[in-house]
Amino acid sequence: MSDYILEMRNISKSFPGVKALTDVSFKVRRGEIHCLVGENGAGKSTLMKVLSGVYPYGTYTGEIVFEGRQQRFQSISDSVKAGIAIIHQELALFPDLSVYENIFAGNEVQRHGLVQWNETIVRAREMLRKVKLDINPSTLVKDLGVGKQQLVEIAKALSKNVKLLILDEPTAALNETESENLLKLLRELKQQGITCILISHKLKEIIAIADQVTVLRDGKTICTLDAAKDEISENVIIRHMVGRELEDIYPKRTVKSFGDRVLEIRNWTAYDPQLGRYVVKETNLYVRKGEIVGIAGLMGSGRTELALSIFGNPKGYKLQGELLVDGVPKTFRHPDDAIRAGIAYVSEDRKRNGLFLIQDIRRNITAANLKAVSGGGWINENEEIRVSNFYKDALNIKTPSVEQIVGNLSGGNQQKVSLAKWLFAQPKLLILDEPTRGIDVGAKYEIYTIMNDLISRGMSILMISSELGEVLGMSDRVYVMAEGRITGELPIEEADQEKIMQYATL
Amino acid sequence: MNLEANSAQVVARGGFFREVRSLVRENVREYGMYIALFVIMLIFTILTDGLFMSSRNISNLLDATGYIAVLAVGMTLVIVIRHIDLSVGFAAGFMGAVAAILLTQFGLPVYATIPIVLVLGTLAGLVNGFLVASVGIPAFVATLAGMLIFRGALLRVTEKTGTINIKDEAFNAIGNGYIPEIARVGGLCLSSLLIGAAAILLYVFSQIRSRRNKLKYNFEVVSTGIFVLKLVFVSAIIAYITYILAGYNGFSWTVVTMLLVVLIYHFLTTKTVLGRHIYAVGSNPEAAHLSGINVKKITYVVFGSMGLLSALSGILFTSRLQSATTTAGTLFELDAIAAAYVGGVSAAGGVGKVTGSIIGAIVMASLSSGMNLLGVGISYQYMIRGAVLALAVIFDVMTRKKRS
Repeated sequence: MSDYILEMRNISKSFPGVKALTDVSFKVRRGEIHCLVGENGAGKSTLMKVLSGVYPYGTYTGEIVFEGRQQRFQSISDSVKAGIAIIHQELALFPDLSVYENIFAGNEVQRHGLVQWNETIVRAREMLRKVKLDINPSTLVKDLGVGKQQLVEIAKALSKNVKLLILDEPTAALNETESENLLKLLRELKQQGITCILISHKLKEIIAIADQVTVLRDGKTICTLDAAKDEISENVIIRHMVGRELEDIYPKRTVKSFGDRVLEIRNWTAYDPQLGRYVVKETNLYVRKGEIVGIAGLMGSGRTELALSIFGNPKGYKLQGELLVDGVPKTFRHPDDAIRAGIAYVSEDRKRNGLFLIQDIRRNITAANLKAVSGGGWINENEEIRVSNFYKDALNIKTPSVEQIVGNLSGGNQQKVSLAKWLFAQPKLLILDEPTRGIDVGAKYEIYTIMNDLISRGMSILMISSELGEVLGMSDRVYVMAEGRITGELPIEEADQEKIMQYATL
Repeated sequence: MNLEANSAQVVARGGFFREVRSLVRENVREYGMYIALFVIMLIFTILTDGLFMSSRNISNLLDATGYIAVLAVGMTLVIVIRHIDLSVGFAAGFMGAVAAILLTQFGLPVYATIPIVLVLGTLAGLVNGFLVASVGIPAFVATLAGMLIFRGALLRVTEKTGTINIKDEAFNAIGNGYIPEIARVGGLCLSSLLIGAAAILLYVFSQIRSRRNKLKYNFEVVSTGIFVLKLVFVSAIIAYITYILAGYNGFSWTVVTMLLVVLIYHFLTTKTVLGRHIYAVGSNPEAAHLSGINVKKITYVVFGSMGLLSALSGILFTSRLQSATTTAGTLFELDAIAAAYVGGVSAAGGVGKVTGSIIGAIVMASLSSGMNLLGVGISYQYMIRGAVLALAVIFDVMTRKKRS
């Protein structure tokens, strides 16, 4: 019973300042479906990137044995050659090319350097039959739904004689029928002898399909559960996923008093015309004055989309439902409208859409409220520097001067600049999207203290977070989202990790 | 502005020479350009036995730069917000022809013609803005189309007449005339000397006021030594340029126009909310949008201003030639783009100064002028200018890498 197709032994991988994987061991038996689970940031994706050669040999420690041989992948193409294919959450297809061109992209059927298109089409048909996809191979990929695109990806993997197929959250974007079809297909591929590693957040489907489950937490292997020994159940998995003790890293507020509802949305629905699906469905939610409301949920559950749809809808969703600020119905056409109504949104991805990295701290801090430091269109730079210095001191931004370029600051200090920018806009409601992502523990504590301080001054906070500890440690009330819906609302006294996980994996 | 800012930290490090050294290190890109211009001028002056630095040559050089320089100013902002405008060359040519037609065939006076042409130019720029911001066409394609259309339009309006000669004295003065002399003092033009002196006084006063203001806010400033040195240095340069120009015919209307455009755009970009928004959009459009900045509006404004400046460029050029020709404006856009890049604008967006682009334009013009004086063949001139453009950008990339 030692027929392992893959053994990863003592894998450790560090990024500057973070240890992503510590001594992880991971074994996959030939011909099984092996599920890999863990909270966001537990190290699943990093482990799979190590396996598929995204992080080349030498940038991690430990060894990989695949098909009985020690492997030292220098790149993705090495792992593909060995028979490993990974299908990411964001599909890597060319939307404007046909299905057959996509299946053989990078692996063209050629003779004397010329592509043999007829043979390509014949072989593409064969691959499509294998994945039970009944379409014309000349169809353009962009004309297919997400479910079918995923099958094309799998067909592409099969065309390369894959032995080990890795799927990263394949059903996240699929509806129920599509998900079921996909799982059925995985079982059939298993019959054909293809081993599969499945990363998923949906515990129900894991229980339905897994032969074994490995749980990762905080970059470590926690355990491997075997279906044959009847070890797999929802409760057991959740317990292992969240099992860490809550450390006392969340400063407590002594006084809690809640006022009227600052923000409320009713039957709020957002349709994304670019994705062609609803990203927020029939949501009801409110935030009271002086309250921190947490929104928990897994990645892709629609939390950021919800926040953006409230904050002036910069992505151009089609919105339905009611939005009330201080009990008054409002329509925001542009983030500027939301800012004027007293709402601020601190972005989840501060580098991409939160900060002006090539500009200095003061220009970042005043960007959302230049009016306050200008008169008649002219900026009073001295006033601007004074204000920036005030926030630099108040938030303890560690830098010699506010003329420093933001791109040169550490993650924690960048986050503080991002926060300062929105505090300077003097909002009533602060929406924080993953406020402590990618920053160290000390800076986290400071951010939490600032949040509490703001609340004590009568501000309200809506906090989106994937860290359960943070949600439980900071919130007064918790909403849980899954697939664009709010699946649960919990007062903090009733909330615990297991309950949130249950709602989040509904 | 940056100078004081960076040096604020320098003070603590002590020592006059230390302060100078770190100032240079932290502003190497900006200083590098001035040094390059200085070196180029010095070399040509030596090689031409001083002919290059003669009053007449410098005056001509600046006049010949005018119509490219104003384009470069507008182009800088377009590139800062990560776009490009290829239509400006023939737009300038066409607007110049329109001016000529209004003057000669419709008999409109100059004071009516100029505003009309400027408004037309702005409208043309706004059309580009509409295509880029509202329709979502890549600026390269939208303005390439504009370039072809303006070229056709220029040919169409000059088809019957060929070159349109302009007899209007006032209009031709813009490109060829000089501000009234009042009197000559020791062979120098008095009015120009007065303007130069006024500029120096204005500069010194504004610097002192800004320094006082900073002290009032308890901000760190450069040490007194450096401050005085800077005042003396910049004043000396202004005085020298004034002296040279005053030795010929004084300030030309072209130079005055160019200085006004730079001054206005410099203040607009560094001191106003609008300017700040332009650079915000350039450095991160998504963050700008989420900060409540109307990215579309900024795009319209920048392309509109580009159109306005192309019309101005067309007026300067047409007036200089005293006629509208069928090929006016050919390759202006590329000269303007080159000037902007030599002046330190970054294609990645968000970086680039209006003053830099003017220096860039003068660098390129100096190369042409100097090489003409030396009798260098036109073939070599193009190659050398190309090499200088490449070197400037290489220097830019290198210094930026080093800093980050």
